[in-house]
Parts: sequence; C-alpha cells; structure tokens
Amino acid sequence: MSKQVRRQLHLDPTLCDAHGFCAELLPELIDLDEWGYPVFIAGGLVTDVPEVLAGEAKRAVTTCPVGALRLTKNE
Amino acid sequence: MSTHRLLPIDPQTGRARDLRSLASHAAAFGPLPILPPSADGHPGPLIEAIAESRLCGRGGGWFPTARKMQAVVDSAAGRRKRSPGSRPVVIANAMEGEPASGKDAVLLAHVPHLILDGIQAAAATVGATDAYLAVHRGTPSIDDLERAIAERRSDLVRVELITPPARYVASEESALSHWAGDDTATPVYGDRPFERGMNGRPTLVQNVETLAHLGLIARHGGSWFAEVGDAQAPGTTLVTVGGRVRQPGVIEVPTGTPVSDILARCGGVDGPVEGFLTGGYGGAWVASEALWSAEWAPAQVREAGGVIGAGILWALDAAICPLHEMARVATYMAGESAGQCGPCRFGLPSVADDLTDLARAASTREDLARINARLALVVNRGGCKHPDGTARFIGTGLTVFSAEVAEHLGGGCSASRSGASLPIPKIRKTPVKRAGKDFR
Ligand SMILES: Cc1cc2nc3c(=O)[nH]c(=O)nc-3n(C[C@H](O)[C@H](O)[C@H](O)COP(=O)(O)O)c2cc1C
Ligand code: SF4
Ligand code: SF4
Repeated sequence: MSKQVRRQLHLDPTLCDAHGFCAELLPELIDLDEWGYPVFIAGGLVTDVPEVLAGEAKRAVTTCPVGALRLTKNE
Repeated sequence: MSTHRLLPIDPQTGRARDLRSLASHAAAFGPLPILPPSADGHPGPLIEAIAESRLCGRGGGWFPTARKMQAVVDSAAGRRKRSPGSRPVVIANAMEGEPASGKDAVLLAHVPHLILDGIQAAAATVGATDAYLAVHRGTPSIDDLERAIAERRSDLVRVELITPPARYVASEESALSHWAGDDTATPVYGDRPFERGMNGRPTLVQNVETLAHLGLIARHGGSWFAEVGDAQAPGTTLVTVGGRVRQPGVIEVPTGTPVSDILARCGGVDGPVEGFLTGGYGGAWVASEALWSAEWAPAQVREAGGVIGAGILWALDAAICPLHEMARVATYMAGESAGQCGPCRFGLPSVADDLTDLARAASTREDLARINARLALVVNRGGCKHPDGTARFIGTGLTVFSAEVAEHLGGGCSASRSGASLPIPKIRKTPVKRAGKDFR
C-alpha cells in the first residue's frame, strides 16, 4: 500500500524578517509582497508542499536566517 | 422573566445596583455553592451545566465555553504524564481593549464578586491552581477590586490582579498569557493558550462577562441560563450602545433581542443614521436598514453583515463624514500593531494613510484600488487577528459608505458637520519597530 504523505510548510510571521530567500527557492509556492514579506500563493500561514518540491522546501527551512519556517509531515 | 441577571436594577433609580461589598453581593445573588474540582483528568462536574447552558464567550469570539474548558483539561491531562508542573491557569480578561466598549468596566464597578465567583467556578472546573484578573493599567476601579479580592475568605484559588499596558493587542489571549508569564504583552504566534499559555501551562482565558454568567450558572444551572435568549447562543448579554442615541450606555438584554428594541431601550436614535458599527474597531459596519430589522445574536448579526464581537452597537451620526471616522480609527489601529509581523506593521499604516487621503477627498480611483488590494494582503497573515479585524472594519466601511466614497473621489464630502464621534485613545502614528517597553 502506498502511503499518502502530506507535507506542509509553516510560516511564523512574528519571526520573519523579510529576507526573502524562501520566495527565491520556492517561487511555485511563495510570492513576496510589496514590503518584501512572503505570501503563500495558496493563502494563509500554512501551505501544502507537493512531493517534487519537498527538497526545496527543506532547503528553505534551513536557509531562513531567523528560523521562521517549519516543515511538517503527516501520514 | 427578568433579564437583569448580571446587573440587578435598583427599582428606585432604575440604575444598576452597587454590589461591590461581599455582603450586598451575597444578599442579591445568594451563596455560591461548593464547587467540586477537576480530578483524574476530568473536568469538574460543573462542566455539565456549562455545556447545557450553551454559554458562549463574550470577549468577541462567541466560542462555546464548555468546549474551551474541556480543551484545557485535555491538554493538561495529556501533559501531566510528561511534565507534572503544568497545572492549568485561569486568566479573567477585563482589559476591554475596544475603545467604544464599556460593559466590562460596568461589571467591575457594580458586580466584582460575580466575576470573582466565575473565576472560582472556572478554576474548579479546569483544575487551575493559579488565577489572574487582568485589568488594563490605569483602570479606576483597581483599589475596589483589591478590596473585593481581600474580602473573600473561602476561595480555593487566590486571584491575583495584573495590569498589562493599555494597548489594543495586549488583551488578545496569547498576549495576556505572555504578560502573566514574563511581563511582555505581545501576542505569541503558534501556541494556543489552552495548550501552551502562561509559562507553557494550559491557560483558560475568558472574558469577565463570560465569567460573571458562569457565576450565575454555578448557582442556578445550565437549563436556567438557556431559558432566555437565542437558541444557538442563549442567555442575556451586555451591549454597549453609543453614538447617535438619546441615552447611550450599557444595557443587558436577552440574546436575540431585535436591534430596534435595543435602540428603543436607549431612548431611540436621535437623528439620521446611515450606518452602524457592530463589534468595535475589530468589527464591521452595517447599513442602517440591514441592521435595524436584525436580531442581536451572533448568527443573525453575521447574516446582516455585522459581528457582535464584544457587544458594541454604535449609531454613526449621518451628519459626520464616515470616511473621516474610519481614517481616525484606522490610524489608531495601525499604531496599535505590536510591530512583529510585516503585513501588520507595514500594511496597516499604509492603508490608514491612504484612507486619510480619501477622507480629505484627495484620492483617485487607483488609490482606492490600492487600499482594497492591501486590505486583502493583511488578512490571514498576522500572528494574531489584529490586522484581520482592522481590515474588516475598513473593508465593510468602504462598502456601506460607498456613496460617500464616490463623493470623495469627485473631490466633495457630504458631511454637514465637522467633528469626531468615535472615541480614540492616544494615537501612535507608527507601530513599534520591535516589541519593547511599549508592551511592558
Ligand atoms: C487584537 C485582539 C484584541 C482582543 N481584545 C480583547 C479584550 O479587550 N477583551 C476580551 O475579553 N477579549 C479580547 N480579545 C479576545 C481574546 O483573545 C479572547 O478570545 C477572549 O478573552 C476569550 O474570552 P471568551 O471566550 O470568554 O470570549 C481580543 C482578541 C484580539 C485578536
Ligand atoms: S527566508 Fe525566512 S525571514 Fe526570509 S522571507 Fe522567508 S521566512 Fe521570512
Ligand atoms: S498581527 Fe500585528 S498585532 Fe498581531 S502579532 Fe503580528 S504584529 Fe502583533
């Protein structure tokens, strides 16, 4: 049986300092607003990450200089 | 059936009775029954009456109180296995951050012991070992409250009075929990207080009106509570009625009372009114005719386009420019941002500035489009709901007063009277850059 994995990227807006690296790494999921803060294209502060972007999402989490991003995995 | 439950009326004066002493309180309401506490990971037995009452929180969200209490008990039970030091905490929210609200101050000034009874009932039900009553700094009734607390000898949990700064977002529940733990009143993102609140402990935050109702449910039971009011959110509720009415003030009515009756109880409107502000500065504007015929219950007011929120009903004088009023409030709300989240810290001031230009009839269609685009950008992106409430206040206002917006875009303004109506505490022009002394 194949397992359905749901990866989600979480943004803590109180930590984010608008460094913008996340939007560079994940343009498919993240835009920047006029003040340089990330906007999840699907809205809100939690967004689903498709399998093909899992690696990039992990990189975004480690690249964010203030630790504002978090990746979770539910089966 | 009497609907003066929280605020008994003196028949001689027609005003709410002063029940600040424990003796007068006990004489008016009767004794508070013994409350068996929570044990073995289960809520105290009062939870059944609370569930039966269908009591919903009166701090703005109208969330079912029994469910929140159950969540606190569950998270404490789940945690106890791992860390025994995480007993629940109760925080009574009497901050009344909404500038146009007066109900919590009325409760504090007239029936403080009913609130304190409710705190005891809540503490027993969730098994709390610490309880706090949060009133904003500078509240006039602080000495009376200290006295009331000192008068109570049979309380199981001692109540400590805390005085966070009088900032709009300092009364949001995660900010209050933050303050109670380490003296910083900024909202915290992520942890919800019922799971991880003050110092990481499960924390029950309830508005003081909710707790005062609880003080009565502890005496009379849940079905008594639900005897009056709306089927979904029963009981009585306090409404702060202001603006263009003959007798503004706080009244107690059953939920589901027609708005027209509430206005009549306040002497009726005193001149033309085009729109009402419901819920406060984090609430929503509703066109006069849409609200007039609605009933004052959460679902009905929502259907009319408004929100009960903290129970504010403000009749805006049609002679005053609504855009000017909105710009003043938006500027105030922008300055109240805790400055932690980009969309709130930069988005709200930019919208407030554009709105100020619109109020001065110095805007173009593109400027208006920019306001609307930015409103969409601040929603669902903050660490708390401060930007969402502010955006709703502005967005609904632009719709309800669209005729005035058109007038202003053409360089005019139909206000026949200058001047301000909605109350604004001290305005801070820009939000704090990083939460610091302002929130201590
Ligand atoms: C920005 C903001 C300000 C708030 N201010 C207040 C307040 O002044 N008083 C209050 O009781 N609740 C306030 N709330 C709601 C509280 O977070 C919390 O939900 C409430 O106190 C819970 O009590 P209740 O369930 O009894 O309504 C505020 C919420 C937000 C987002
Ligand atoms: S990389 Fe981190 S700090 Fe930079 S914009 Fe993204 S979330 Fe914010
Ligand atoms: S949304 Fe605004 S008020 Fe709320 S935590 Fe963020 S900066 Fe503070």
